[in-house]
Amino acid sequence: MKHFFVICCAVLGLFACELQAQQQTTLASDTAEQLQQLTNNKLKQSMQLLQSIASREGTNMLPLYQALLKGQLYYIKHSTQMISVRKSGSEKHYSELFSGAAIAALPANEIKKVRVNNKIRGFLRQHISKLKLSAKDPQARLAALQSLLGSLTPETISNIAQLRLSENNLQVQQLMDLALTIDRAINASLAIEQVSAIKLLQESLEPQVRNTLTSLNSTKTHPSVQKAAQQALLKIEQSIEFYGYLEQLFFGLSLGSVLLLAAIGLAITFGMMGVINMAHGEMIMIGAYTTYVVQLLMPNLLEYSLWVAIPLAFIVSGSVGILIERCVIRFLHGRPLETLLATFGISLILQQLVRSIFSPLNRQVASPQWMSGSWEINPVFSLTLNRLYILAFALLVFFALLFILKKTSLGLNVRAVSQNRDMAKAMGIRTGWVDAMTFGLGSGIAGIAGVALSQLTNVGPNLGQAYIIDSFMVVVFGGVGNLFGTLVAAFSLGIANKLLEPSTGAVLASIFVLVFIILFIQKRPKGLFPQKGRATE
Amino acid sequence: MKIKQLLSTLALSVSCAICASAIAADTIKVGVLHSLSGTMAISETTLKDTVLMMVEEQNNKGGLLGKQLEAVVVDPASNWPLFAEKTRELLTQEKVDVIFGSWTSVSRKSVLPVIEELNGLMFYPVQYEGEESSKNIFYTGAAPNQQAIPAVDYLMNDLEVTRWVLAGTDYVYPRTTNKILVAYLKSKGVSDADIMINYTPFGHSDWQSIVSDIKKFGSEGKKTAVVSTINGDANVPFYKELGNQGISAQDIPVVAFSVGEEELSGIDTNPLVGHLAAWNYFQSVESDENSAFIAKWKAFIGDDKRVTNDPMEATYIGFNMWAQAVTAAGTTAVDAVEQAMLGQTTANLTGGIATMNNNHHLSKPVLIGEIQDDGQFEVVWSTDSVVAGDAWSDFLPGSKDLIADWSSKTQCGNYNTVTKLCSGQK
Amino acid sequence: MSKLTEYFSNRSAVQSSVLPFVLILFVVTMACVLGNLVLDPSSMFYVSTYTITLLGKYLCYAMLALAVDIIWGYCGILSLGHGAFFALGGYAMGMYLMRQIGDRGVYGNPELPDFMVFLDWQQLPWYWQGMDQFWFAMIMVALVPGLLAFVFGWLAFRSRVTGVYLSIITQAMTYALLLAFFRNEMGFGGNNGLTDFKDILGFSLQADSTRIALLIVTAVALAAVLMISQLILSSRLGKVIIAIRDSEARTRFLGYRTDHFKVCLFVYSAVIAAIAGALYVPQVGIINPGEFSPLNSIEIVVWVAIGGRGTLIGAIVGALLVNYAKTRFTAIMPEVWLFALGGLFVLVTLFLPRGLAGLVGQIKQKVSLNKTFKSEPQSR
Repeated sequence: MKHFFVICCAVLGLFACELQAQQQTTLASDTAEQLQQLTNNKLKQSMQLLQSIASREGTNMLPLYQALLKGQLYYIKHSTQMISVRKSGSEKHYSELFSGAAIAALPANEIKKVRVNNKIRGFLRQHISKLKLSAKDPQARLAALQSLLGSLTPETISNIAQLRLSENNLQVQQLMDLALTIDRAINASLAIEQVSAIKLLQESLEPQVRNTLTSLNSTKTHPSVQKAAQQALLKIEQSIEFYGYLEQLFFGLSLGSVLLLAAIGLAITFGMMGVINMAHGEMIMIGAYTTYVVQLLMPNLLEYSLWVAIPLAFIVSGSVGILIERCVIRFLHGRPLETLLATFGISLILQQLVRSIFSPLNRQVASPQWMSGSWEINPVFSLTLNRLYILAFALLVFFALLFILKKTSLGLNVRAVSQNRDMAKAMGIRTGWVDAMTFGLGSGIAGIAGVALSQLTNVGPNLGQAYIIDSFMVVVFGGVGNLFGTLVAAFSLGIANKLLEPSTGAVLASIFVLVFIILFIQKRPKGLFPQKGRATE
Repeated sequence: MKIKQLLSTLALSVSCAICASAIAADTIKVGVLHSLSGTMAISETTLKDTVLMMVEEQNNKGGLLGKQLEAVVVDPASNWPLFAEKTRELLTQEKVDVIFGSWTSVSRKSVLPVIEELNGLMFYPVQYEGEESSKNIFYTGAAPNQQAIPAVDYLMNDLEVTRWVLAGTDYVYPRTTNKILVAYLKSKGVSDADIMINYTPFGHSDWQSIVSDIKKFGSEGKKTAVVSTINGDANVPFYKELGNQGISAQDIPVVAFSVGEEELSGIDTNPLVGHLAAWNYFQSVESDENSAFIAKWKAFIGDDKRVTNDPMEATYIGFNMWAQAVTAAGTTAVDAVEQAMLGQTTANLTGGIATMNNNHHLSKPVLIGEIQDDGQFEVVWSTDSVVAGDAWSDFLPGSKDLIADWSSKTQCGNYNTVTKLCSGQK
Repeated sequence: MSKLTEYFSNRSAVQSSVLPFVLILFVVTMACVLGNLVLDPSSMFYVSTYTITLLGKYLCYAMLALAVDIIWGYCGILSLGHGAFFALGGYAMGMYLMRQIGDRGVYGNPELPDFMVFLDWQQLPWYWQGMDQFWFAMIMVALVPGLLAFVFGWLAFRSRVTGVYLSIITQAMTYALLLAFFRNEMGFGGNNGLTDFKDILGFSLQADSTRIALLIVTAVALAAVLMISQLILSSRLGKVIIAIRDSEARTRFLGYRTDHFKVCLFVYSAVIAAIAGALYVPQVGIINPGEFSPLNSIEIVVWVAIGGRGTLIGAIVGALLVNYAKTRFTAIMPEVWLFALGGLFVLVTLFLPRGLAGLVGQIKQKVSLNKTFKSEPQSR
């Protein structure tokens, strides 16, 4: 998106030089008048005005269309002069519409936004695409072509055919060929020509191709055409089905990564320390609120806010965890069930605390640009970027934690204390300190999970509640005290859930997974990977 | 022993409550029954504050019938049986004259038997599934015909939508609304193959598969729209997933019935620009009443960024009508106020006049707005005149013969026009 | 020292008679009943109907807490899913009450409950058949949760699932049921559950006399369950059960089929919870899937812990106290009551590890120790 925007600006800049001079003189008088009328803000009228402007004017009106599409088009109330107001962070940039020259900031009550609705946006997008077919940047041409595929008119086809001759970018060439082939498959005069076009089409997964073929298959045409369309459709459906499975697998992995992130902190506080930590969810919540506060404090550096939020959430949640450990949990050693009650109380207090400080409303956490959108592998298979990053992040956190536990002296101490407290104490380990650090580590990681979850779901007082039960299921299913168990459990539950979902629906899928866990525990009463040796109780 | 102590405290506090209510008899008590904790606190806390603001304002105007108003706030904690208990407490212990409260349908259903038994008076300010009309409840939110049907009409006529995804949370409001919509769409000639229905549990957070299904459903060449009755918390992850999977409002518009300004204040709205919502009120509507209300609200809550929303307007209308009815009846007695409420009119915030009909539902305008990047809605369509709320839907086989009329003739919430009987009423 | 304390408090718990408590319960219930029926509303000692229903509700909760205490306090099985049995019992009762509405529902359908009419169901599902008969519904109240507990317990205890694993799968059970009952296709009214009941056995639920009768029935049921449990737990059987709690392996080596004992006790406890649920529904007037919520079940455990687990009366006192606190707190300080409740939980766990009953036991013991020995510093 951002690149696109930069490119647009660059293109506009080039235009601007020549346009500036011409603007006032060459703008046809009726266009100027219609622009004037646009400020009346009657939506139905706006559509007609724009259509009439579009039919008369060419690329010189691009700034108008683009500003309108993005909701950046304003006019000054007393002069009805059009300007563009662009927001970035909390700053606003004011500029003249056509020249792009910056102008002084105007008070909000002197300017007014030009209204626009979906219908107009749709029209603008289509029209911009038409104009952009001959844009300088190949990506812009590609995007323009893509959006035109759905509504090919003879006029666009002839335009594309002409542009194809001078096109030198391979991707754009392919897409242009596709558009021309679609046109041939529908409109070619000879059945053989149609069939050969269809044969070419069956390699493409573009939804427009499938729609073309479906309509060819269902309408009365030449039998050979119909048959070819049918075969092509079959082939396309097959590969769509294949990618459908891949997609489900990715969804499963993604759900698994969310479960892993939510559960991994609990795997330490509950798994290694034996604290039935009902306040775990609230640690996640604190991490998410930390993200919110960070974004609040650095509104103009949204892109980097997560990098600040991750360590900060670790510190904040970790400190709260250490505080809880020092004030409450250390008095409850050897009484695991009592920790359940105390932490349940703490979770109620923390929820209400957040409600009192931040209000019970959900808070807005924005996603940075680099986490939005998706990575399109082909037209029917794309991976959403935020899920992809979170999957990678979950694995990163997991292995970092594994490293800490296996390779650092803190990790050694943690393991020693969790395995045999008295012996560890006898060896001179400060068990109290280690307990506090372990609980802090678990809570801190829960806080990091909160940063990731803030990108997917609500940031509100109930955030923690939504994940606490799932987290316990994952840890218990994987085997208490075994980090690898947690990893395997999270991903297998995630994938199982997503594979069931298409056939059973979301609710039944979760029910089946729960019943499966219950039955599985009967078979293996200590989870997937039982801790060897000393009992976990 | 401890038990004795406990019981004596119990007895003591109960008798104290009785003394307290005896002393404070010269105020008019307004009960506020909104969850301040638990899952619904997110929506309901705002309404509690709205009622408090209205009470304060009324007191500044000199109260009612020469008495000051006194708000009694309790917390039913999003726990449905607790709603019934708290209602009983408000009516018998605190002896309140009116209750403003409830958000979810289930909480209203829980309150209903108690409020009918004790002959209380409640104002319910949220859009709901209809199929109810109690003598003791006034419904100031939208019925399905004041929200869902106009929205579908708009999509069908103005956006030329021919394919429909009805996505909702699995509870009674979406179920009923979708039943009504399916019947309506079929009456307009939409075939079964062009309707996709999907239900998800409360607080559903993993929308990947469903959004991907919607994307596939919408990529078959026909203009597709999503009619969303997804509730509260599940909306944020839903819209985030829509944005990330690249579904823009121009491709597949989503029209929502449960997403208002307040829900949007918790979302980054940039990817949502152009998606729609249908309500009877938007904060962005320009009218003198509205600007005054918004200014008052911001001052009351002490936060310049707080938004207003449709249930707040419903509370505002309900409160003003109640105040007028009390003045007209000259008493706060429930039966008199209930009769005085019928036909009561008051200015709504969007510039028109709201009327209380004989079926305890309001006549209000219906607006459709598009989400803007500042978290507000831009009105793109509105009904020419007000629409009267219909307690019993004409599109459901069970209720098409039922009407509600509390005027002196029938005194019935579910009068069957075929059998000429009032079913279920004593 | 702590072992000694534990021994003493257990001994006193099992051996101390529950009769005084039953007596108090009887007196209080009667006082409330008379206070409501005989006295004039203006009288200072008048007991309002609100208090009657509240008390009825508390007693149901007390019974539920008792059920949890029996398996947790005496057998060491921490169930985080007892709300499920409570809710199932409640649903069975709710179905009966639903059928009693008959054609007085808003749609006037003599056969189908309102929610089925408006979701366009054509006929009553098979599992609703027979629920219009009171005796049949009452059998179902005990049978369905009992059966579930039996199957669940049989599977779990035979495979020797213990400790947190057991607790978590009980939680999974109630969570699965929660999701299932939320589904409208299940035919239990979905999220709204069952509500708008009219009468029970022909008596209007709105009448004060019915409420009083229900309160008396609840009090009698609680007293009966209390005495039966006391009888069971102080018998030979009870000794084995406590032995299982203290060391299951050792008991097994002595030749007892510990899993059989555990299953029996689990089913017994589930049935008590179900009866509590059945009594709860007509008094509060609604049953919905929220009762299955895992958090509710955790709360029950908290009541027991606060009252003092391993003492029958402690559990009851805990349930009464916490719920009374909740009622008061939500009215007095609606904005911050969770601070008070959460704080209470933390403080009780920290300073009263054996709950209020433990506190009483400690004081008693301290007094008696002071009489015979010099007092020793308490170790914790």
